[in-house]
Amino acid sequence: MRLSEHAYRTVSSIRGPLIFLDRVREVRFGEVVRIIPPEGKPLEGEVIKIDGDTVLVQVMGETRGLDTASTVIFSDAVKRAPLSVEVVGRVFSGSFAPLDNEPPYIPERWGAISGAPINPVARARPQDFIETGFSTIDALNTLVRGQKLPIFSCAGLPAKEMAAGILKNARLAGGGRFVVVFVALGLTHHEYSYYMEVLAGMQGGFAAFINRAGEPVIERLLAPRFGLAVAEYLAFCHGMDVLVLITDMTNYCDALREVSTAREELPGRRGYPGYLYSDLSSLYERAGRIRGLAGSVTMLPVVTMPEDDITHPIPDLTGYITEGQIVLSRELHQQGIFPPVDVLPSLSRLMQQGIGEGRTRSDHRQLANRLYRHYARGRDLRRLEAIVGRDGLSGQDRQMLDFADVFELELVHQGGTRRTVSESLDTGLALMQRFALEG
Amino acid sequence: MTGRITGIAGPTVTVDLKGLRLYEIVLVGRSGLTGEVVRLERERAVVQVYEDTRGLAVGEPVRGTTRMLTAQLGPGLLSGMFDGLQRPLEKLLERDGPFISGGSSASLLDSPREWRFTTDKRQGDRVLSGDIIGRVEEGAFHHLVTAPRDGEIAAMTAGSYSVCRVVGNYVDGTPISVCQEWPVRRPRPCLRKLSPTEPLVTGQRVVDFLYPLARGGTAIIPGGFGTGKTILEQSVAKFSDVDLVVYVGCGERGNEMAELLEEFAGLHDPWTSRRLMERTIVVANTSNMPVAAREASIYTAVTMAEYFRDMGYHVLLLADSISRWAEALREISSSLEEMPGEEGYPTYLASRMAGFMERAGVVENMNGTIGSLSMILSVSPPGGDFTEPVTQACLRTAGAFLMLDASLAHRRHFPAVNWFQSYSLYEQTMEQHFSRSVAAGWSEARQRCRTLLQREEALREVAEIVGLEGMQEKDRLILHSAERIRLEFLCQNAYSEDAFSAPAQIMAMIEAILADYDRLEACLAGGDTLEVALRKGGSEHASQ
Repeated sequence: MRLSEHAYRTVSSIRGPLIFLDRVREVRFGEVVRIIPPEGKPLEGEVIKIDGDTVLVQVMGETRGLDTASTVIFSDAVKRAPLSVEVVGRVFSGSFAPLDNEPPYIPERWGAISGAPINPVARARPQDFIETGFSTIDALNTLVRGQKLPIFSCAGLPAKEMAAGILKNARLAGGGRFVVVFVALGLTHHEYSYYMEVLAGMQGGFAAFINRAGEPVIERLLAPRFGLAVAEYLAFCHGMDVLVLITDMTNYCDALREVSTAREELPGRRGYPGYLYSDLSSLYERAGRIRGLAGSVTMLPVVTMPEDDITHPIPDLTGYITEGQIVLSRELHQQGIFPPVDVLPSLSRLMQQGIGEGRTRSDHRQLANRLYRHYARGRDLRRLEAIVGRDGLSGQDRQMLDFADVFELELVHQGGTRRTVSESLDTGLALMQRFALEG
Repeated sequence: MTGRITGIAGPTVTVDLKGLRLYEIVLVGRSGLTGEVVRLERERAVVQVYEDTRGLAVGEPVRGTTRMLTAQLGPGLLSGMFDGLQRPLEKLLERDGPFISGGSSASLLDSPREWRFTTDKRQGDRVLSGDIIGRVEEGAFHHLVTAPRDGEIAAMTAGSYSVCRVVGNYVDGTPISVCQEWPVRRPRPCLRKLSPTEPLVTGQRVVDFLYPLARGGTAIIPGGFGTGKTILEQSVAKFSDVDLVVYVGCGERGNEMAELLEEFAGLHDPWTSRRLMERTIVVANTSNMPVAAREASIYTAVTMAEYFRDMGYHVLLLADSISRWAEALREISSSLEEMPGEEGYPTYLASRMAGFMERAGVVENMNGTIGSLSMILSVSPPGGDFTEPVTQACLRTAGAFLMLDASLAHRRHFPAVNWFQSYSLYEQTMEQHFSRSVAAGWSEARQRCRTLLQREEALREVAEIVGLEGMQEKDRLILHSAERIRLEFLCQNAYSEDAFSAPAQIMAMIEAILADYDRLEACLAGGDTLEVALRKGGSEHASQ
């Protein structure tokens, strides 16, 4: 521990967002620094490399106007977040500065924003059903408490309406509400104001970390970590059930790529750094439950797939870490179906434990499997129909085609109505009966 | 011997300590983070730290330990759950709470539990390294204690001991305990390697029947996300006919590990009906745990597996997934500023991988017993593209390739093993084995099954064009029977009773389908249509 702050005026070079300093002593890796230019506002930065007495600092924020005469003050501490239940109801910037004109609160304690990994044996298996109000999720790709389930969207699809619908409608098994932590990364003003309106109507309370499209890129790397530090604190120190919505992870990954390139790191696939997987998991893996503790962190990241391509590194690596995915389809959206969820590539890996007798309904598993199988068959036949024409198909096959159409119109499509899981299952059951379908 | 930190870049730390050896373990900083020397220069050494280096300061002390990264081998490993550096996770939970913090050390040796040790060696006996010098009963498991090196025994006493206590010593005074240490990156020695001849029965029909694995063999399971790699690995871990399973969760999901532990705790080994956890060791280094420890985790695991192999047991090592290990290697290589090869992976990726996979095999041990170590590794190719470097590097050494197919998975056909692209180099040998031990018709049934699947593939294109109605009766029969093979035989629901099939059951199932085919074919030859023939047999089944 150093006794006083160290201040240096030994900046040797500035390159984009990076500052090199000479003759610095006893600096910490990851230490937070304040950079005070001769004129203008002070900036924050973080030590990212130390070689002897030469230190490399990554500047958070706009570096335009910085010069080598700047003073750099070392704080002797890594980046930490002020934690308190008073965070609920507040709106912050991507660097945790209040945006709501309220004064800062007095933290109960400070926590490192990168967190620490949960010991795998301390984890409790996520298995408590969450009702989102959407049939495609509740009946077919069930979400459970402590799960991380991303929404894979494409440019122009109503991912934000869907995410907002989940925020509004999500209920715990006993009818309880979530505390929402909302992290906006590189949102346009239009999207931002839409979400803020939704959040204002939330009953369970929320905390928001907002980084808009024109704001510093580096904050996009910080905002989700602040959000998750707060979520972990509320969940595991105060026993709250926290729902973390992060949108849009594609902007996060692009920010990471931008920063990595500035650091002259070796690029991997499509220019993203080789450690993208590890970096993403350091966020996603913070979802979960802990044995013997009451709260939970459930995560809903939104990923916009570049070029609608699910094999693009961002959705690809996300899918490898998360426990399933909800995939939106352009085709369904064009038909006016909302939510336009394509059930076939969608998946919830933790569904098995969350459904059935005592959780949802005893017929849930079997019904979901059958609905899925018949719909898949109908979709397969659509391709065949395009070749041989409807008349070339057998009567049974024509029936499956009709089933797929009605499935989309009645089960997938629900507009703005909230369905309970029982209503969703009954809708499915009614479909099966109408087509006289058995196992 | 202490020195100071002079530079830090991510997990790579430069120190001014002299007299270190390559791959020696050093303790870094005031909190004593574990690190390994990866590069030596005249005035300094580069250390790869296994824990989060955030907050570490230049000038903090560094201490050498003169030992390599080792695994503790002895009673108490079974049913254990360790991180990539073999720290018992239960112990860490007890000591530090639910989050893993840096710098905590814990090992097998901390356990106060006592073990009953029996021996028939006494003063004056000469033993060679690897000889059995005693045994410990670990539950129902006979844990053999082997001599750590050659020498003459001065004293040895039976009794109850904790793992770290001395049970005897050599004439030169070197103590002997029931526990030994071994550097994880060095393969444990054996007298000689043998060729795999016995099958590794997994209980999965598509594997055991079409692509059989061998005890002592290696297999890889590549597949994109959502294709069921983890479920297949876990099913194999539950049902395989082996004495012991080492399961490595290498850079994967934390919730999955919680699920595995909970499920295994409630299940029984179908072969011995003992509790499944009693034969399982789990190494968990989830994706958000430090990358360098992820790189080490597979070596820690394989060393424990070899230790049990040396006692003459059949051990299966499952790693999920080896791609995450390769990525860890890439991250480390890039932080050392090494010249990259394909897609940024270091050029030594293939040779390291081959070196690891060569630790599998059937061996005659130093003590004369025969043991085997088999490996099944899952691979997570980016974008489901099998031409990427990790899959390709694995293919050069793996004995079996079980390719998981995304289109099968989307149709909920699980296990989604593709039956055209997969292969097993052990099929000849294992086919002979099954023909002898299960049924003489095994290899013929296999051939017929594969032919039906191949003809279905060809006919399916025709069916797409002319429609089912326009096809010949005998072709429709092939489509009908192949569909039954796919849905009733190759599909296997991991969540039901059907999750495990013994070889005899496999044979009965496929024979029933083939017999039905023969009967229908005879009816068609008699002039019936397929519908009539199906009705005649009354063997209508749920083909949906």
